[in-house]
Amino acid sequence: MSRKPYAREISSEWIFRHPRYLRYMVREFSCLFIGGYALLMVVGLMRLSQGPAAWEGFLQALQAPASIAFHLVALAFSIYHSVTWFNLTPKAIPLPFISAAHYAGWAALSIALLWMAGVS
Amino acid sequence: MSERMVELEVLRYNPETDQEPRFQRYSVPCREEWVVLDALNHVKENLDATLSYRWSCHMAVCGSCGMMIDREPKLACKTFLRDYQGVIRVEPLRHFPIERDLVTVIDDFMAKLSRVKPYLIPKDEKALEAGEYRQTPAQLKRFKQYSMCMNCMLCYAACPEYGLLPEYIGPAAIALAHRWNQDSRDAGRDERQEALAAKEGAWECSFVGACSEVCPEHVDPAGAIQQVKIRSTVDWYLEHLMPWLKK
Repeated sequence: MSRKPYAREISSEWIFRHPRYLRYMVREFSCLFIGGYALLMVVGLMRLSQGPAAWEGFLQALQAPASIAFHLVALAFSIYHSVTWFNLTPKAIPLPFISAAHYAGWAALSIALLWMAGVS
Repeated sequence: MSERMVELEVLRYNPETDQEPRFQRYSVPCREEWVVLDALNHVKENLDATLSYRWSCHMAVCGSCGMMIDREPKLACKTFLRDYQGVIRVEPLRHFPIERDLVTVIDDFMAKLSRVKPYLIPKDEKALEAGEYRQTPAQLKRFKQYSMCMNCMLCYAACPEYGLLPEYIGPAAIALAHRWNQDSRDAGRDERQEALAAKEGAWECSFVGACSEVCPEHVDPAGAIQQVKIRSTVDWYLEHLMPWLKK
């Protein structure tokens, strides 16, 4: 009897084999929008350093429909990204209330940022 | 005793005659309480004696009968036919080469398992007369769930990282290494760290989490892997930022 093991090919079909893989890929994909938003912040800082006219132009550009659409999509992806990672924290750090502590930190930072931005 | 006909579509591969695997259909008269393994045994005993598959205990203890059932890694002895509608597709575990029919080549896993030294490495070997190594219930709790692993390899079949990068040491090997690292009687962490902290060790994991979802014993390999990453990170910082702490 001879041995002739057969190695099956791995195709990208695994992504659709179970919803968990799709959810994982969406989480991975969400980093593109988070990275894109970070890049936008850097561009904003650059425009700010170039003087009031450049800054005004940047603010104008932010109001374009495409920019608003990007912000909405980026917000949805970053919420998905944060929630999925926060829910996984008890696996990495098995402490009581570790997930809740992350949500509390998120809320506290968001409130602090809104306060600094002058939202009353 | 109610019986119904179940259609099984089983992946067959005969290394002596086949160039590649093919599906074969079997109609099996099944009883309500039957699991997939019962149906396979019926095929083997009554319909086709050439069908090959691994099994032993028929009670989710030995971990031999892992296979893909409707594209999900499952133990055939723990998967009830009544939970499925229509044709049930049975394939060998994903990500492992096929030896014959549903039997896979598991040499890669066995080699990886031995690399992480999944056994007690005590600091000082005690003489037999000195009695047992004692543990408190709290110390036992730190590793008990990981010790439930029975090497069924469902986690490897579920892990896309292992499928795409076969060098990855994989979920069960890391979970078992972590099991011994968490054991108060053990002092072998440094010896396991070389395999665990390597690139193809815990760092290859991108936390899909499928390993923990498919585990029939509710071990949490995904958790173990992340905890290994955290310990390895702490090691790195201590070594590079506070080298004076090193003995």
